[in-house]
Amino acid sequence: MADTSNTQTQGASRFGRYVIYTLLGLVCLYYLLPLFIMVSTSLKTLDDIRSGNLIALPNEVTFEPWKEAWGSACIGVRCEGMSVYFWNSFRFVVPAVLISTLVGAFNGYVLTMWRFKGSDIFFSALMIGCFIPFQVVLLPMARTLGELGISNSIAGLIFVHVVYGVAFTTLFFRNYYVTIPDELVKAAKIDGAGFLRIFWRIILPISTPIIVVSIIWQFTQIWNDFLFGVVFSSGDRQPVTVALNNLVNTSTGVIGYNVDMAAAIIAALPTLFVYIVAGKYFVRGLTAGSVKG
Amino acid sequence: MGALSIREVRKSYGTTEILKGINIEIEEGEFLILVGPSGCGKSTLLSMIAGLDSITSGEVHIGGRKVNDLSPKDRDIAMVFQSYALYPNMTVRQNISFGLEIRKVPKPEREKIVAQVAQILQMEQLLDRKPSQLSGGQRQRVAMGRAIARDPTLFLFDEPLSNLDAKLRVEMRTEIKLLHKRVGKTIVYVTHDQVEAMTLGDKIAVMKAGEVMQFGTPQQIYDNPANLFVASFMGSPSMNFILCQVVTLNNGVGLQMETGGQTHVFPVNRASAALSAYVGKQVIVGIRPEKITHKVDFLAGAPSFYVAEAQIEISEPTGADTLLMIKINDKNIVCRVHPEYAKLQGERMAFMFDMSKTVYFDPATEARIV
Repeated sequence: MADTSNTQTQGASRFGRYVIYTLLGLVCLYYLLPLFIMVSTSLKTLDDIRSGNLIALPNEVTFEPWKEAWGSACIGVRCEGMSVYFWNSFRFVVPAVLISTLVGAFNGYVLTMWRFKGSDIFFSALMIGCFIPFQVVLLPMARTLGELGISNSIAGLIFVHVVYGVAFTTLFFRNYYVTIPDELVKAAKIDGAGFLRIFWRIILPISTPIIVVSIIWQFTQIWNDFLFGVVFSSGDRQPVTVALNNLVNTSTGVIGYNVDMAAAIIAALPTLFVYIVAGKYFVRGLTAGSVKG
Repeated sequence: MGALSIREVRKSYGTTEILKGINIEIEEGEFLILVGPSGCGKSTLLSMIAGLDSITSGEVHIGGRKVNDLSPKDRDIAMVFQSYALYPNMTVRQNISFGLEIRKVPKPEREKIVAQVAQILQMEQLLDRKPSQLSGGQRQRVAMGRAIARDPTLFLFDEPLSNLDAKLRVEMRTEIKLLHKRVGKTIVYVTHDQVEAMTLGDKIAVMKAGEVMQFGTPQQIYDNPANLFVASFMGSPSMNFILCQVVTLNNGVGLQMETGGQTHVFPVNRASAALSAYVGKQVIVGIRPEKITHKVDFLAGAPSFYVAEAQIEISEPTGADTLLMIKINDKNIVCRVHPEYAKLQGERMAFMFDMSKTVYFDPATEARIV
């Protein structure tokens, strides 16, 4: 009796497992399909696309669309491809990510280790920044950039993204630092270290997990941003996301789907890369703040 | 002028007073213990000595220098924390020399000091490890090493042993005592553990609710507690307190005790004059467990001893002694008896009370009568 019931449950659980894996496989396929179509389309010739099926593999593989997307596709009136804008994006994303991370770390340090009167109110106020939609700040930000004399410049974009990102990075670092015992800072004070030295020599070196989280988060946010890019920059100072949009919209009679797909993949590559390389730190770092020990 | 002098020091947050006028003075090389239950203000007082907390009023002098307005680094102190507070990103060597580096001690000098400290604490082999690779006891030792390297006038210890397991705690206690002997510096040590207080201190300040209840040597505090709180806090197992009636007894006074339906009148050989004012009233009698033992025949007739038979309620053998619990005036009384003479739970035996070191408290004020 016992044996039969045992085999029955085993059989049932094995069946359940098959169902789960089949479902997971299907979901996986469903999510990978767009990427597959993008990659395969980007490697097809235009004739191939016109005559063939959407999900069919290319008849002959060609890298011409990629070359065109990178170096010679027309975006507006300029026909120099995505490369200019791709580097543009890097030129403001990297400084914006680093500055916002550093400012966030500094804010978090002050808000946890050097509390001042009203620091909790300050923190709560800063948190509201996480919930403000982009559209709300467009006009005030345009004014501010104008006053500062950095509108329509790389510096302006850096400024916008730092201001917008600081709320998030502060939240990350503050939540990470509250788990660090106060006694560490007290010991450093008695050792004679001052405000800045404690930050540089003790707090920042033990922040690696949360720095990684902050960098990944900020990098994907800023790299993928379209709205700020389209509003606060123009011409050859635009980021890659805006360029992609313009490339697709610039029509010269024939719609080059293969070039569009290649350009879209180029625009998405850096974030993909960051996730693949540092994804595991991301999960680890996000939970590091909440779980002590 | 002493090594550390605390004068009328007060601390308040808003209207709440945490410390209510502390006065403590110790000489150079003395080991001062601040002991008390949690929330008594002992750690706050230590933080104020260190300069990590501001002083609301009063003065703190270290080595004859008023330090109220000096920052921690200028007070010539070093501190060992409960959580060790080692810098996790630095090796043991860097941890020890960090303070020296900030003080701009030249590198060769720093290396010499690190080597000396490592030798004193026997941790040469640990110098290149990170704190995360050390055990609790080793971390504690590094924390002490960091303090020693600074060569301060005053060492501050904030419950340094409370994160260690029982066995290691005893070992480190001895080590701290040895270290004090060797370095000879003044130490202020905060603990809530009365055993640590008794074993380590030259002077003990017993604190409660922001006040120093008693300040004295360990023996003074053990033998002559100033009030009921100090008496109950110091000593393990703690002192027995019996509420009883004072009666007249052959020109002097006696204490009326009842156990198992029998009434005894215990003699008061010491201080009967002071107690005579309490005849007819009640007092709290304090007697340490080790003063209640089995009956020793050749002592039993002496004036300060009294023998009474009682029933053993509970027996707790500890190995060296057996703790027997009896009931007097409806209170559980712990007696410390040599295992050889201890009878079993439920049996009756004759106990000998040594009244020579008994202390008396007023039940209303809890102050010491005599």
